[in-house]
Amino acid sequence: MEKLTFEGLQQRQKALSEKAASAHVSQLLICGGTGCHATGSIKVIDAIREEIRKQGLTDKYEVVETGCNGFCAMGPILVVHPEGVFYQKLKADDVPTLVQEHLIDGKHVEKLLYKDPNTKKRIPLQDDIPFFSHQMPRVLRNKGLIDPESIDDYIRRDGYQGTAKALLEMAPEEIIAEVKTSGLRGRGGAGFPTGLKWEFASKSPSEVKFVLCNADEGDPGAFMDRSILEADPHAVIEGMIIAAKAINAHQGYVYARTEYPLAIKRLQKAIDDARAMGLMGENILGSGFDFELEIYQGAGAFVCGEETALMRSIEGKRGMPRPRPPFPAHKGLWEKPTILNNVESFANVAQIILNGGEWYASVGTEKSKGTKVFAISGDVNNIGLVEVPMGASLRGIVYDVGGGIPKKKKFKAVQLGGPSGGCIPEQYLDTPVDYDEIVKVGAIMGSGGVIVMDEDTCMVDMARFFMDFIQDESCGKCTPCREGTRRFLQLLEKICDGKGELADIDALEEMAVVIKETALCGLGQTAANPVLSTLRYFRDEYEAHVLEKRCPAKRCVNLLKFEVDPDKCTACGMCFKACPADAVIWKKKEKAVIDKEKCVKCLTCFAKCKFDAIN
Amino acid sequence: MLSQQIQASKHPPELVVDVMMAVQEHYGYLSDEALEEAAAMVGMAPTKLDELATFYTFLYREPVGRYVIHLCDSVICWMDGYEPLRDHLCKKLGIQMGETTPDGLFTLLPVCCIGYCDRSPAMLINKKAYGPLTSEKIDEILETLRSEAAETTPS
Ligand SMILES: Cc1cc2nc3c(=O)[nH]c(=O)nc-3n(C[C@H](O)[C@H](O)[C@H](O)COP(=O)(O)O)c2cc1C
Ligand code: FES
Repeated sequence: MEKLTFEGLQQRQKALSEKAASAHVSQLLICGGTGCHATGSIKVIDAIREEIRKQGLTDKYEVVETGCNGFCAMGPILVVHPEGVFYQKLKADDVPTLVQEHLIDGKHVEKLLYKDPNTKKRIPLQDDIPFFSHQMPRVLRNKGLIDPESIDDYIRRDGYQGTAKALLEMAPEEIIAEVKTSGLRGRGGAGFPTGLKWEFASKSPSEVKFVLCNADEGDPGAFMDRSILEADPHAVIEGMIIAAKAINAHQGYVYARTEYPLAIKRLQKAIDDARAMGLMGENILGSGFDFELEIYQGAGAFVCGEETALMRSIEGKRGMPRPRPPFPAHKGLWEKPTILNNVESFANVAQIILNGGEWYASVGTEKSKGTKVFAISGDVNNIGLVEVPMGASLRGIVYDVGGGIPKKKKFKAVQLGGPSGGCIPEQYLDTPVDYDEIVKVGAIMGSGGVIVMDEDTCMVDMARFFMDFIQDESCGKCTPCREGTRRFLQLLEKICDGKGELADIDALEEMAVVIKETALCGLGQTAANPVLSTLRYFRDEYEAHVLEKRCPAKRCVNLLKFEVDPDKCTACGMCFKACPADAVIWKKKEKAVIDKEKCVKCLTCFAKCKFDAIN
Repeated sequence: MLSQQIQASKHPPELVVDVMMAVQEHYGYLSDEALEEAAAMVGMAPTKLDELATFYTFLYREPVGRYVIHLCDSVICWMDGYEPLRDHLCKKLGIQMGETTPDGLFTLLPVCCIGYCDRSPAMLINKKAYGPLTSEKIDEILETLRSEAAETTPS
């Protein structure tokens, strides 16, 4: 293929957008993210292609497989573009009706439209659905609108214009200044100012430097980076080219977890396509600047997401953190100056260069600029991927975008920042999304996982669960982390088992201080957070476990009696039907009794009982 | 292909994980011999490779089944019913976590969050994501894989 020059890129962009504007073709945008693949979107896509062909509509409609639409709970999703009609939970069987009624008869197919759970009304247009109307897509601006495997789709929507500007019109200092003006802070968790990081590396003298992208995304509850790579891989590539120019590097790596085969495939295709067009490799866009990019697949180790561990892992060593300094900006990969940024951080860069740092900073709070992508999951209606302006409230994310808590349960807390982040209870739900404000209430922004927990969550059990995770993932190199997390876990297990004493709670708090001050890397330094933050807001639950030997949320098996309260039991038989061990004795109109010999303590009956009648 | 890459690479150890993955793909798992072969390719000591292979979740030093099931045991999947599903899988396959079925078809392993929390509870089978899981869906998936295996294995 012909290599593009700057003029060539402009011409191509112009031609593509004119073609899109003039053609009387509607697009059928179908979500092809991993989530929708898993629920059968490929079958739907095939069925639509087939049906359109059968009905002779191929010159009127173009079927586009896009990246993740974001509203994963409703997948597979079809959006009819440009009018923006949103169809959800499609099955191949729905396709003939859909094609007949919408495409031929020009009517909406009511039963496939989104139904607002509050008003019970159907909402035809995507933009009117609350999940979308409260969002501000910047990083995700192409999400669901382009075929991520088509570089032309990307170019049509201003793709590689930021790169062109940075390579042909800007000096490295100007790029860094623009990124500094934007106020962009690292989206991988720590929130370090991106422009500053680049400045350090640009000032490190060396012939060889590296630009790395962290796509290891290991935090439980996080799937933002996967979705970005699946939906818009070129945006990440552009960010890396621009960073390379800023620090004068010519080689980059994307460290991607092997668990993300679709993201890796699309990214690789994007790299290859960019190279074929002269947007990667030697003399990009005729600018004289060279940059090569490779994907490095991680083989599954959480700690490899930490920056020094990630670099060691690329070097073919065990991915274990090392003490800093030296900082990677001076001595990183192969001892050369290196910058590492997160997928989402890079995905912002081209827009910052194209529209200016001030444009970027016009949204957000004083110290947290732009937008942030979150992955909401757990006990919430609209599980999925969302992007909101910094400064939006957590309440808005949980209720407006997230659609609130299912099954009429009460909200208890949200966990931000993964296991080593912290929980935020109801009384602080109005906290804005802002790096510093979130720290004030005892959590961290983290990389963007938002885990919503309802009233049935036991916070002590949750802390135990997170500690189990951290202990598992501790690489074992430094003693405070290895031994500290083991001790934490023992104490939490003791409390959950009903064998805890008040002194154990004190011991937890004392140890938290030690490990925070002495651990080598972020994993150990933050390991105490699940304990500290649950103790801060839910100390009463710890005390109930210790003093009354009672688990208020009824989750800790060893504190439960597995007995039916005859006063509360309505003899509905739900527990009888649900019990996998046939341990419930029940007849119509009679109250249930649990046979403790047979009971396997699986808690299924607790989950099924609507009357809170089992103790 | 890989050997060309190794020759072209300035830092062959960079490719060690790729090489181990490829060798594993070929032999099914990283036996001592397989590890030595991989070590020779990248010019590193086999003990170094052993250190790596035991560090990473997706490198197997023990024989594994044709289908390696990694069931996510992280927070979202756990909240959404990991434990009963694990028990169901164990019962269906007649093995414990960490074991392989006697017919050599399935190995069952835990894994920490695989980033498919939007489809929880989730699992990977040979790196393909499945979810949201229920015990019925698990039965279906196992059935499909069993017949796929029967079709492609010469009897
Ligand atoms: C244990 C541990 C795991 C981490 N995992 C990730 C990760 O999966 N993805 C990520 O972008 N950053 C992760 N980080 C943060 C990185 O060390 C680093 O700060 C980040 O990639 C820098 O990019 P940013 O400045 O753009 O955020 C992790 C840190 C620690 C301590
Ligand atoms: S918690 Fe299971 S996939 Fe994330």
